[in-house]
Amino acid sequence: MSVVIKVENLSKQYRLGDVGTGTLSHDLKRWWYKARGKEDPYLQIGEINDRSTKGESDYVWALKDINFEVKAGEVLGIIGRNGAGKSTLLKILSKTTAPTTGKVKVKGRIASLLEVGTGFHPELSGRENIFLNGAILGMTKQEIKSKFDEIVDFSGVERYIDTPVKRYSSGMYVRLAFAVAAHLEPEILIVDEVLAVGDAEFQKKCLGKMKDVSVNEGRTVLFVSHNMAAVQGLCSYGLVLSNGGVIYPKGNAYEAIELYRKSIIPKNNSNKDFKNANRTGNRVAQLESITFLNALNEEISTINCGENISIEFQISSKVSVTGASLGIGFYSLTGECKLLLWSTFLNVYFDFISGVNRVKCYIEKFPLTQGEYSINLILTSNEEVLDWIQDSILINVNTGDYYNSGKMLESNHQTAMIPHEWIKI
Amino acid sequence: MAEIVSEYFEEEEWSEVIQPNAGLLDIKLHEVWRYRDLLLMFVRRDFVATYKQTILGPLWFFIQPLLTTFTFMVVFGTIAGISTDGIPMMVFYMSGITLWNYFAECLNKTATVFRDNAGIFGKVYFPRLVMPLSIVVSNLVRLGIQLLLFVGVWCYYLFNGNQVHPNVYLMLIPYLIFLMALIGLGAGMLISALTTKYRDLVFLLSFGVQLLMYATPVIYSMKSLPAKYAWIIKANPLSAIVETFRYAFTGSGSFSWFSLAYSSCCAIILLTLGIIVFNKVEKSFMDTV
Repeated sequence: MSVVIKVENLSKQYRLGDVGTGTLSHDLKRWWYKARGKEDPYLQIGEINDRSTKGESDYVWALKDINFEVKAGEVLGIIGRNGAGKSTLLKILSKTTAPTTGKVKVKGRIASLLEVGTGFHPELSGRENIFLNGAILGMTKQEIKSKFDEIVDFSGVERYIDTPVKRYSSGMYVRLAFAVAAHLEPEILIVDEVLAVGDAEFQKKCLGKMKDVSVNEGRTVLFVSHNMAAVQGLCSYGLVLSNGGVIYPKGNAYEAIELYRKSIIPKNNSNKDFKNANRTGNRVAQLESITFLNALNEEISTINCGENISIEFQISSKVSVTGASLGIGFYSLTGECKLLLWSTFLNVYFDFISGVNRVKCYIEKFPLTQGEYSINLILTSNEEVLDWIQDSILINVNTGDYYNSGKMLESNHQTAMIPHEWIKI
Repeated sequence: MAEIVSEYFEEEEWSEVIQPNAGLLDIKLHEVWRYRDLLLMFVRRDFVATYKQTILGPLWFFIQPLLTTFTFMVVFGTIAGISTDGIPMMVFYMSGITLWNYFAECLNKTATVFRDNAGIFGKVYFPRLVMPLSIVVSNLVRLGIQLLLFVGVWCYYLFNGNQVHPNVYLMLIPYLIFLMALIGLGAGMLISALTTKYRDLVFLLSFGVQLLMYATPVIYSMKSLPAKYAWIIKANPLSAIVETFRYAFTGSGSFSWFSLAYSSCCAIILLTLGIIVFNKVEKSFMDTV
C-alpha cells in the first residue's frame, strides 16, 4: 500500500493571551531578525503545551515535532486529552491553518466531516444550498449535478428541497448537510467528534458511512474522538497525542487506547485522595477513599479472579444525610462498563452522620477476568448526586483459580466468570 | 545519481505539500480557476440572499443611487451651489455615484473579508482568493443594473436639450469599470490582511472611504478646482477614472491618456501587492483573527 499522508517534523506554535496587544512590537522584532537572516526569535522560546501549569512564556507549542505516515485504506484513530493537539493537527491537515515548521505531504483530496453544513445560507433553499455547500467542499457544479438525486435521497428531505433551510428543523438541516459531505468521495476523510452531534440514528449512520468508506471503497480515514468504543470499533491503528507530542507512535488501536486510558487515570491503588479526578456532584457528603480487602481483611492492591473480597468506602459528610446509596463501577480501558454494583439495586440505603462514615461491600468470588479496570464511584441521596468520580483509580485483576479446579484460568475471550455446574443427566 | 532521480520522482507523486509560508509569489491561480464554480455560487448567493424577504426586492438597486443623487442635488448642487460644468445635475451626480458606489462596495466588503467569513474559513479550505473575487463580481452585477438606470436618465437628457455630448471615449467604459474593480480589490485585500491583526483599521476604513470620496471628483468637477489643490486630486488614481467616465458620457470635463495610464499603473501595483499580502495572511489568519 502506498503512503498517502506523510507528516514530517510538524510543529505549530501559538501565542497565548490577548493576541493583538503588543503584536506590532513582536512583528517588528521578528521582521528585524528575518531581515538580518537570523532565525525567528520567538521560535526558540516556545514551551510545551501543558494547560494546567502556568508557563513562563507567552508562546506555546500546540504541536511539536510530530512524525507519522498513513497508508491508503487505513483508519487511524487520533486520541488524546483535551488540548493534546488533535484539533490543531486536523486543522493543519485540512489546510485551515498553516504549520509553523515541518511539512505534511498528501496524496489525494482531503475532506473533513467536521464541516457539515459549513456555508449553508439560511435564506437559500435546500437545493441551492446543496450546490453552494458542495462547491465550498470542492466539488464542481457538474459533479454535484450528477450526484444531486443521490444526495437528496440520502438526506430524506425531498419534500422540503425548495424551501429555505431556515425553515428546516435542526435534524433536517444536519441530515442535508451530512448528505452533501458524505457524497464528496474524497481520498482522505477527516472526522472530528462528529458523533457528538445528532441523534443516535444519525450517529449510527455516520459510523456506518465511515466504515463503508474505508472498508468498501478503500479510502483513508482519520478519526478523532473521545469515544473510545467508537475508536476501537472503527480504527485499525491508533496514535496518542499528549501536550503536543506523540506519546504512542502509530500502532495497534487497542494498545493505543489502553495507553491513553492509563495515562489519564492515576495509577495508585489505595488512593487516599481523588483530588485530580474527574468529579461532579454537590459534595455535601463526599468519598474520601476506597480500600480493597481480601478475605482475611488485609488491604490488597490487586484482586485475584474468584477471590472473596470486600471494598471499604470512607465517606465524610458535612451534615447528616439520609437515604444515601453507594455505587462502584468497573470499566474496561476502552470505557465499557463491565460490572456495576449499586446499593440501590438491592434496596439498601444508608443514613450518614455528619463526620466520617464507613461502608463495606462484600463480593463473593470476584467475577471479572484479568486485566486493568478503571473504577467509577458514585454517592447519591434521594436521587441527588452528592459525589461522582469517574476514572478514580485503576485496579489490576490477576488470573485466579475461580472454579477451585487447580487451574489458573487465563482468558482473553471472556470478561466474567460465574459459578455453575456440569451434570450428566 | 540514481538516488537523486528516484527521490525526485517520489517528490513528484504528492498531490499536495502543506508547509509553512512558501514563497511570496506562490499564488495558486490555477486553483482559483478550478474553484470557479464556487465563485459563481457565491455571487448567486449574495444576489439572492440580499433581497429575499424584502417587498421591493431588486428595486432597492435603483432606490439607493436615486436617493443619494437627490440628496447630492439638494445639498451640493442647490444649497452649496457647486458647479456641475453645465451638465444636468442629475446626470452629473449619478455618473459619479454609480461608479463610486461600485468602488466603495468592493473596498468595504473585501477589506473585512476575513472577519466576515471567519466561520467558513476556519473550517474548510478553498482558495481564499475566491471570496474577494466573488465580491467584485457580485458587485459588478449590481453596477450593471445601476448603470442601466443611469443610461436611462442620460438618454432622457440626450434627447431633450443640448447639454450632454457623448463621444468616442465611451468605448473606454468597460476598461474604466475594470480599473475600478482592480483598485477596489487590491486596496481591499491589502487592508483585509491588516485588519485581521490590527482591528483598529476597521474603524478607520468607513471614515477613510468617505474622505476618499471627497478627494475624488464625484461631487465636483476637476475644472472647478483651484489650481493650488488640483495636484492632490490628480494624485488620486481614482480621479482620472471618474473624470473620464463622466467625460465620455457628457463631453464635459477633461481627459488625458497620461492620467489614465497613471491610474492603470496604480491599479496593477495595488492589485499585485494586495494579492501577495492576502496570500501570505490567508495561511495563518485563523490564529489571529
